[in-house]
Amino acid sequence: MRRKPLPDDALDATDRAILNALQEGFPIAPHPFDTAGAELGLAGEALIARILRLREIGAITRFGPFFDAAAMGGAFCLCAMEVPAERFEEVMTLVNDHDEVAHNYERNHRLNMWFVLADVAPEGIDRVADEIEGETGLRVLRFPKLEEFFIGFRVAA
Amino acid sequence: MSIDAIDKRLIGATQAGLPLTPEPYAEIARQLGIDEAEVIDRMQSMQARGVIRRVALAPNHYALGMVANGMSVWDVVDDRASELGAKVGALDFVSHCYLRPRAEGWPYNLFAMVHGHDRAEVETKRAEIAALLGPACRAQDILYSTRILKKTGLRLRGEG
Repeated sequence: MRRKPLPDDALDATDRAILNALQEGFPIAPHPFDTAGAELGLAGEALIARILRLREIGAITRFGPFFDAAAMGGAFCLCAMEVPAERFEEVMTLVNDHDEVAHNYERNHRLNMWFVLADVAPEGIDRVADEIEGETGLRVLRFPKLEEFFIGFRVAA
Repeated sequence: MSIDAIDKRLIGATQAGLPLTPEPYAEIARQLGIDEAEVIDRMQSMQARGVIRRVALAPNHYALGMVANGMSVWDVVDDRASELGAKVGALDFVSHCYLRPRAEGWPYNLFAMVHGHDRAEVETKRAEIAALLGPACRAQDILYSTRILKKTGLRLRGEG
């Protein structure tokens, strides 16, 4: 995924209108691009061509249904560890070696390693966290979600 | 939120995104050997049940200049945590918002990922959250990522 801003002239007003409008939703109906395009003053084919280009230049990370991860039958848990600086690389290798570690970030805190464990079953989360504790001799704090809030996140294009 | 075998195949077929063709649902239907009306019915039903949160375009916020983010964490009094968490989650600069258990040496129960064009903007947004929480918040911090150590997509296993 592109992590650098696009040049200012990469997007025109229509591109920006598409990015803003389609963040809000896309029809689940026959000929959805015609419907979505009509509101933007674009034919369906023209909207598709614009989206293809936006994807090509890295302006879009995803286009389609967003699934509730738990509904898809998975278990997830945010975990954190306090890793001594001199052991950081060694511990990182041990942690990342588990397929259940979906992503892992170094953060500027006493708890300096934060990762997400993902498994098909809830029991798998504790099993892997316990394994990491055994391998590293360090505690793995577990922060499962208790409640998730509606996500209002929108990026103004 | 139960899903059956066909729903699972539908999830598998659309997980990477919708086809960019004039009739994307008909295209998916062809792949699964069912008809377009069934794909549409099932997807609408999954949306109504919350299995699908929404069908939409996700802009790459980095490409659009939102390159800074921080994991803000808050110690919010328990009896107001749900109500205030909902308000924080609805902010347009917050991308993930969860209540999580506290831990030894970790008093924070509300986590909110805050995005901005730069670190200064993230700090301004963080102050907005602090004002929204008011005295119900007893302590706060923000953790910035200094390195990505691993990043793989969340995979759905056992589908079929």
